[in-house]
Amino acid sequence: MKVEELVEGLLSGNRRALARAITYVENEYPESKEIMKRIFTNTGKAHIVGLTGFPGVGKSTLVSKLTEEFRKRGKKVGIIAIDPGSPFTGGALLGDRLRLDGMDSRKPLWTDPGVFFRSMSSRGRAGGLAAKTGDVVRLLDAFGFDIILVETVGAGQSEVDIIEVADTSVVVMMPETGDEIQVNKAGILEIGDIYVVNKADLGGAEKVERWLRYMLSLDEESVQMLSQMTHADEARVASGEFFERRKGWCPPVIKTVADKGEGIAELADAIERHFKYMEETGLIEKRRKERVKRELFEIVMNDVIKLVKEKTNYRDVIAKLARNEIDPYTAADMIVEEVLKNAKER
Amino acid sequence: MTRIDEKRREWEEKCLKPWLQKAGQREERFETLSGVEVKTVYDPLDIEHLDFVKDIGYPGEYPFTRGVYPNMYRGRLWTMRQFSGFGTAEDTNRRWKMLLEEGETGLSTAFDFPTLMGVDSDDPLADGEVGKVGVAIDTLKDFEILFDGIPLDQVSTSFTINPPAGIILAMYVAIAEKQRVPKEKIRGTIQNDMLKEFHAQNTLVLPPEPSLKIIVDIFEWGVENVPKFNLISISGYHIREAGSTAVQELAFTIADGMAYVEAAIERGIDIDRLAPQLSFFFNSHNDFFEEIAKFRAARRMWAKIMRDEYGAKDPRSWWLKFHTQTAGCSLTAQQPLNNVVRTTIQAMAAVLGGTQSLHTNSFDEAWALPSEEAVRVALRTQQIIAYESGIPNVVDPLAGSYYVEWLTDKMEKLAWKYIEDIRKMGDGSMLRGVLRGIENGFFVREISDAAARYQREIEEGKRIVVGVNKFTIEEELRIPILKVDPEVQRRQIERLKKVKAERDNEAVREALEWLRSAAENDENVMPPIMEAVRSYATIGEIMGVLKEVYGTYKKPIII
Amino acid sequence: MEKKIRVLVAKVGLDGHDRGAKVLARFLRDSGFEVIYTGLHRTPQEVAMAAVDEDVDVVGISLHSGAHLALVPKVINYIREYGGNPDEMLILVGGVIPTDDIVELKKMGVDEVFIPGTPISEIVEFIKTKLPEKRKKNES
Ligand code: B12
Ligand SMILES: Nc1nc2c(ncn2[C@@H]2O[C@H](COP(=O)(O)OP(=O)(O)OP(=O)(O)O)[C@@H](O)[C@H]2O)c(=O)[nH]1
Ligand SMILES: [Mg+2]
Repeated sequence: MKVEELVEGLLSGNRRALARAITYVENEYPESKEIMKRIFTNTGKAHIVGLTGFPGVGKSTLVSKLTEEFRKRGKKVGIIAIDPGSPFTGGALLGDRLRLDGMDSRKPLWTDPGVFFRSMSSRGRAGGLAAKTGDVVRLLDAFGFDIILVETVGAGQSEVDIIEVADTSVVVMMPETGDEIQVNKAGILEIGDIYVVNKADLGGAEKVERWLRYMLSLDEESVQMLSQMTHADEARVASGEFFERRKGWCPPVIKTVADKGEGIAELADAIERHFKYMEETGLIEKRRKERVKRELFEIVMNDVIKLVKEKTNYRDVIAKLARNEIDPYTAADMIVEEVLKNAKER
Repeated sequence: MTRIDEKRREWEEKCLKPWLQKAGQREERFETLSGVEVKTVYDPLDIEHLDFVKDIGYPGEYPFTRGVYPNMYRGRLWTMRQFSGFGTAEDTNRRWKMLLEEGETGLSTAFDFPTLMGVDSDDPLADGEVGKVGVAIDTLKDFEILFDGIPLDQVSTSFTINPPAGIILAMYVAIAEKQRVPKEKIRGTIQNDMLKEFHAQNTLVLPPEPSLKIIVDIFEWGVENVPKFNLISISGYHIREAGSTAVQELAFTIADGMAYVEAAIERGIDIDRLAPQLSFFFNSHNDFFEEIAKFRAARRMWAKIMRDEYGAKDPRSWWLKFHTQTAGCSLTAQQPLNNVVRTTIQAMAAVLGGTQSLHTNSFDEAWALPSEEAVRVALRTQQIIAYESGIPNVVDPLAGSYYVEWLTDKMEKLAWKYIEDIRKMGDGSMLRGVLRGIENGFFVREISDAAARYQREIEEGKRIVVGVNKFTIEEELRIPILKVDPEVQRRQIERLKKVKAERDNEAVREALEWLRSAAENDENVMPPIMEAVRSYATIGEIMGVLKEVYGTYKKPIII
Repeated sequence: MEKKIRVLVAKVGLDGHDRGAKVLARFLRDSGFEVIYTGLHRTPQEVAMAAVDEDVDVVGISLHSGAHLALVPKVINYIREYGGNPDEMLILVGGVIPTDDIVELKKMGVDEVFIPGTPISEIVEFIKTKLPEKRKKNES
């Protein structure tokens, strides 16, 4: 399909065009830049909700029930589910689709025209997202979904990347693994706008709930002391970025029994309330600014590196560096200078 | 024993070792099909820990390792029961009569997918599937045709059906009523084992708990009304065919059996009344001795469980009676006649293992439902074992074999380990443990992993399948293939329409309302199902009510 | 980056035989494909919609119910109806399929049928060589 066709199709509600556009973007086809350029002004309308949590806590089940709930509330729902892909073979099993069954299993939710489901492989990437999740979310946004649910890989590591794409981050936990270790896990306490204690039917949910509430009531310094963080997250916590996100909003803790649909309406309410809160306080704009800034810098960075590769004798500089003939700072200065000179020429 | 021990060492040193150094071995490690390592040779030391009287003993006596009857096949041969059904009731009735004429001694019904899943032939979901892999049944009318000329007081019939098992039992009773055979006299089996559906066979309609509730309803109703009928066939067959090992088959089947017994006891059913109406169903795969050991271990385990764990008093309650089917998954599309040989070996294992009835697969297994020619050879295989081989003349002739006794004990030990794990999952209750294992995917994961292992071994050439990854030839298919007439669906829908037009729709509505209220109020659903069947309600209508009350189930994906 | 081949493995109809489909899905994953398994008891519409929305390169249908001649063409037609293009995809069928029906299925647009006993390595090879071939042919 040609880019115009794709974009036009996507913007006029053609699912097939959306599906194909996602493939282009996910695989970084040359056309993808053009697609993103053309749809960008149509984005920014959807409420992007991320769900993260350990493997098997019930993220997919929650996504399925939330979809049902939001459909009842008249909203169109786009879903991206990310599954782990092997960094070795590149293969992946993307099977979450199934759990998206509504009450009437004869009519799974994903055949509802108001629902679009797409699985993506993380392709071995850490952080819980696929590389192009952000852009794929934009495609769904431009297509016209009101709510976009993103389920991250539950790898049990620090899946804090979700805040880079989501307006509202939902952290899902469950009782059995609901001890301090889980709660102390890097970043978990900082990234959530909403906390869910799922599988409340299993008992022990109150304990996790109490613990969470306690931890969430602490100030940022005590949490820092209590949490065990990875280096990367430490830096981000130190910068105050996480807590900045949350100022003035006390994250609710909601108990659910996802497979029975209990607590789902409350969760949906909380998600909507959070969105409204963000709109009223201007937080949404702030968050989106942060996000586009990050993205912009990333793009610029990539472009600059490309320029460096195209316009400079960076290989020579590297060779000198490797022989310890110059230091990295001087090397960088040299390259920047060369880029500026040569780039202007064009 | 010390003399033997000395001798063993001497033999290993002086005889075996030099031989191995010179001649070597085909493999470094020899295993059963289930991966149990086996030694070069077995001797009395390997079964030293077994007590002949306590662990092996005599047939017809606790712990029944050697068989449930004292003289086994010297009295009556096993029932030769070929699983069969296709097209309409007329087609299947014809095939059944042929089989009976050819010497089959029991009937076994294969249903089509719509019937198995409890939807009617005119349901959009049934399109293309009516009569394809079994007989199409919508209402009692079809059953009348199916059993036309088959007197229920003279034959026993087995029904491979699960979610609608109660409906099928009710239909059979209704046919008995029409033939004026007292229902107390009818004999047969309904599979009615939903637990293994969740593990392996996948005819899934209602969620686990209500499925179990209905099964216990059938127990409760069955002990009163059809005392000669097996109310369940607790099945390992499907677990094995889905890819499990022999040990898993044994363990999960016994675990399911315990779960059913616990559920019945919870309902207050007298275990000594129910036990004789429980039956089992196992697979017989390629590893001859392992299969025999599995059957013997199963009997011993069940006897212990019923007597010691659940306190059944009547020795008959300790019996594990079972049907066997040879392993369909071992049969190949390539060089189909080789399948006759595989089936023969498997059937012999079943007979040596003391089965009560047997289905032998046909050589066209991997191509389609059996053709007449193929099913005849399958039946003849049983008859040759029965009448020509001499095998049935002595009870449990392999008892006392060091290897077979060792392996029987090994199977039992490995199975117990699984059972204890499951019990732990249920905090001491097997019923909760099995339900928990369904919920958290334990059973499916275990079976899938084993299936993948099996496939990997074939792909890597470590497991040889003759005619598939070794000794292959270029060939063209030259066997006859059974074709189901594509007109079956249309004819069946027409019949259904006619029945619906002619029946008393008011009576149907009343029966279904009664059923709904019974289900909603936690009463036994069998009496209203009986009534609904008599009034020619369809299977889809009856299951429909149950689905509305209990909801439906979708299996989580576990690859 | 080389595009990952996406394969849909589907069970359609009332058929509950999932051993083959699941084993296949596992092995395809281990061979580097991105595999989407639909789970059991899918209608042709559901399978087609999954194929289109997930924009897969290969649609694999596993059937042991004898209903292949009725169900496979439905899947292919619905893929078209939902805007997908079966000529850009490989359409594969596997399971218990009699020889005569293999011919029929190929006439209906199926690229290949794999019967019991087929080594999965052969299926992997087939996808890797035939997918680009078919695409090339379709483009010209
Ligand atoms: C195992 C088995 C079962 C197991 C299934 C367990 C499970 N969860 O899968 C059990 C015992 C439960 C079972 C039950 C039934 N079965 Co059955 N079963 C078989 C059997 C013996 C083997 C199938 C199998 O799993 N093989 C192992 C796997 C690894 O191989 P495979 O599936 O063939 O897959 C290979 C290829 O075919 C191919 N492939 C498969 N799918 C796909 C998909 C794609 C995209 C590709 C590329 C390749 C591919 O690749 C694989 C690797 O080589 C076959 C006969 C046979 N030997 O083939 C009968 C068979 C399929 N069953 C049959 C029947 C009738 C039934 C029942 C309907 C019986 C009844 N009336 O009650 C029930 C229905 C149950 C249900 N809910 O579906 C019939 C079907 C007849 C027909 N189609 O005309 C068969 C052919 C037996 C027969 N001859 O009668 N069965
Ligand atoms: N008891 C109980 N089980 C639940 C609940 N919610 C989900 N489950 C079950 O938990 C299991 C895992 O649920 P999923 O929704 O797949 O969890 P997930 O977090 O998406 O898992 P991954 O994607 O693999 O990380 C499934 O078997 C669900 O049925 C609940 O509230 N109570
Ligand atoms: Mg998930």
